[in-house]
Amino acid sequence: MIFAVFLPLLFAIIVPFLSKAKHKIHTGIFVVFIPLAIFLYFIRFIGDDFTPLQQTYNWIPSLGINFDFYLDGLSLLFVLLISGIGTLVVFYSIYYLHVSEKLGHFYVYLLMFMTAMLGVVLSDNVYLLYTFWELTSISSFLLIGFWNHRERSRYGAQKSMLITIFGGLSMLGGLILLSIITETTSIRMMIEQVDTILTSNYLPLILVLILLGAFTKSAQFPFHIWLPDAMEAPTPVSAYLHSATMVKAGIYLIARFSPIFSTYEWFFIIVSIVGIVTMIWASYMAVRQTDLKGILAFSTVSQLGMIMAMLGFGTEAAIFAAVFHILNHATFKGSLFMIAGIIDHETGTRDIRKLGGLLTLMPISATLALFGTFSMAGVPLPFLNGFYSKELFFDATLDLEQSGGSFISFLSEAIPYLAVFASIFTFVYSMYLFFGVFTGPKKLELLPKKPHEAPIGMLLSPIVLVLGVIVIGLFPNLLNGSLLTHAAQAVNQAVELEHVHFWHGFVPALYMSLIVVIIGLILFLTRKKWSNIYHVLPGKFSFNKVYDKGIEKLDTYSTSVTNSYMTGSLKLYMSIILAVILLATFFVMYATDGFVLKTDNLADINLIDLAVVFIMVLAAIATIFVHNKLALIIITGIVGFGISILFVIFRAPDLALTQLVVETISMALFLLAYYHLPELRKIKDTAKTTTLNTILAVGIGTLITMVGIAAHSSNWFATISDYFVETSYKLGGGHNIVNVILVDMRGLDTLFEITVLGIAALAIYGLIKVRKNKEAE
Amino acid sequence: MEIIILILAGILFATAIYNLLQKQLLRIIIGTVLLSHGAHLVILTMGKLKRGNPPILDDAVTTYTDPLPQALILTSIVISFGITSLLLVLSYRTAKENNTDNMEEMRGETNE
Repeated sequence: MIFAVFLPLLFAIIVPFLSKAKHKIHTGIFVVFIPLAIFLYFIRFIGDDFTPLQQTYNWIPSLGINFDFYLDGLSLLFVLLISGIGTLVVFYSIYYLHVSEKLGHFYVYLLMFMTAMLGVVLSDNVYLLYTFWELTSISSFLLIGFWNHRERSRYGAQKSMLITIFGGLSMLGGLILLSIITETTSIRMMIEQVDTILTSNYLPLILVLILLGAFTKSAQFPFHIWLPDAMEAPTPVSAYLHSATMVKAGIYLIARFSPIFSTYEWFFIIVSIVGIVTMIWASYMAVRQTDLKGILAFSTVSQLGMIMAMLGFGTEAAIFAAVFHILNHATFKGSLFMIAGIIDHETGTRDIRKLGGLLTLMPISATLALFGTFSMAGVPLPFLNGFYSKELFFDATLDLEQSGGSFISFLSEAIPYLAVFASIFTFVYSMYLFFGVFTGPKKLELLPKKPHEAPIGMLLSPIVLVLGVIVIGLFPNLLNGSLLTHAAQAVNQAVELEHVHFWHGFVPALYMSLIVVIIGLILFLTRKKWSNIYHVLPGKFSFNKVYDKGIEKLDTYSTSVTNSYMTGSLKLYMSIILAVILLATFFVMYATDGFVLKTDNLADINLIDLAVVFIMVLAAIATIFVHNKLALIIITGIVGFGISILFVIFRAPDLALTQLVVETISMALFLLAYYHLPELRKIKDTAKTTTLNTILAVGIGTLITMVGIAAHSSNWFATISDYFVETSYKLGGGHNIVNVILVDMRGLDTLFEITVLGIAALAIYGLIKVRKNKEAE
Repeated sequence: MEIIILILAGILFATAIYNLLQKQLLRIIIGTVLLSHGAHLVILTMGKLKRGNPPILDDAVTTYTDPLPQALILTSIVISFGITSLLLVLSYRTAKENNTDNMEEMRGETNE
């Protein structure tokens, strides 16, 4: 199984070499065998006696992150969809993409996506699931932006990236919480610990985080906005990623985790409402679109909403209907996207306003589209699979449990009406799609190309998919026992083998279907009359605007925030640093009651000491007020020499000596610079800055004094200097303890202090001598 | 005595910070010089003051002042001297090249 998952990725390595010869053989011809092989490998598992299969390979065992693959009915359904439609899409792309395109890139991305998607549906390990999940986002990003010279492609790619990665990261949060609570990384182990999870305090948070991941990926309201913009991708990509596989990853996620959450009432409320709202809003918006792929994108969103709602219901009938519809939707939506691509390819436009009357010019495409659209609308004909899933959907809405709080029973009552309402618009846009393109007056003068039927190779993939529509339509129970029931049981174990019938007798679901068809027909025929409603309901408002404004505002606000403090003024940065030090240290001192003052162990005070200190204080304060640079230098010198006198008083002869020498040299240096530096001026500051500077200066000064006193007053342990005193002569052979410490006991300090001086000297030399710009001198 | 020295160090720090927050290069350098003086005094005070003789071994003496802070300060004095001299030359060059010693006028290239 691991080999099947990674086969596309491994093959992607040699694709670039194959694409070198693309003018002789289209690269897709090599690639098409990969998904085919995977499809053939997995189709063996179909059967009534299917038992789940598990395989584990170590990756990071110490963290519980392994390649745990688990193939149950649900995974099998998805794996077959991914590999099967993958084969058809690659085959279709051989005819769709011209050899002048960057085929190497295209197939590498596509194969990357295939591995990612197979990984998502086969992973049993939450972290593995997340890894593949993000890989689908990345490869989808690359595929949407395939024609990266187009502005719209880049916009669409970025938008889908931001939204799906946002969801992916939320999901990661949820998964981490789950794995912490259950102390396992395996999804099946988590399902076994349902009670632990359901009694956890974090349950609402986990649910919201995981649902965010699923809703963004599956383009649920209000995160659906990325999907219509993702239509800038090449049509095979739209057909594959954005109708059949990737957008169902969110559906898969919900289905996979619903054994955990399904008994939690908020799961029912949130998922059902979001699903139904998505379904209604997207089917309503689809009627307004003029781009074929735009209609299909909103239609996909709407159908995903329907599946999502059924997963939210969580009843046996609903789960089976959801699984059934996953399969059906993949067949008819895939074929419709391919036909939209064919129309685009053969006429040069996807604008439905320019198209019309193609029935006689493109009869095969028209026939295929007829089956696709009618199945999507759920027209009651026995050879269209869409009808069965719609019937099952209506059935499911009707037998919702009425138990629970008043809100839940209200919701259960309302859902059937909302479902019918959404289905009416589904009917309208399906009819609009078919009749708008293939019937009516021919508008050949508007078309960039002269339309004609597509080559058979291009038609083959949609033909296979439409055959799927018809076969499932004619024999709706064909896959029930061998595949669909197993899939449904993975979601809800109570599901039993069901038989889908075309004719149930006169049951409510049938009346609902008839209502949909009748009102749908009326609305479709009078479409022009009521289409003004779109000026009222979405009107100027749209979620795209919210998104665009959000991105724009985020950009401007973060720029203005950054600019507000990154002004380029060192003085400001300095003030901020000092203020933070000041506040933080004072806070810590205050919070820990850190200030201590002990006066019992102090040295005595002489008059001379006081005099020196007094002079130094005067000199230090004077530096602020002196505006003559010579005076300033001399006053600073007074402080320095004062220090060396203090060193004498405090019995540090070496220090006094060094300080004296260093101070003298420093004075000389200052005086040297004196000639060259400009005269000091009084630079007038505003009163506010002066006050602020004063506060900071006094604050830091006080802080140092306080910290110093507190440190001095609290004696935690004895000094280690006794050791130096004792061993200075014995071990170091010297009487001057300070010097022994410097060159013997802590000689490394001295070595690097010498290095510092050396570097400083070299730097000074460099600054004076080296001139990059010779002419400046 | 320790408390008086710590207060002196505090005043040195305060005047140093005030000078650092000025705009002229020379004042900023003076600020760093005062800051290192303050720091040296704090280090010295932490090892207690005036306890015993200078740390030079003598058979007649039993108590010495703490030699370790002195060694640390000695290292520090040399390093801060190196830095001060580098800063001086740097500011001299900067003032020459930019024809100004006002920090507020030195902002590099503006972005975008």
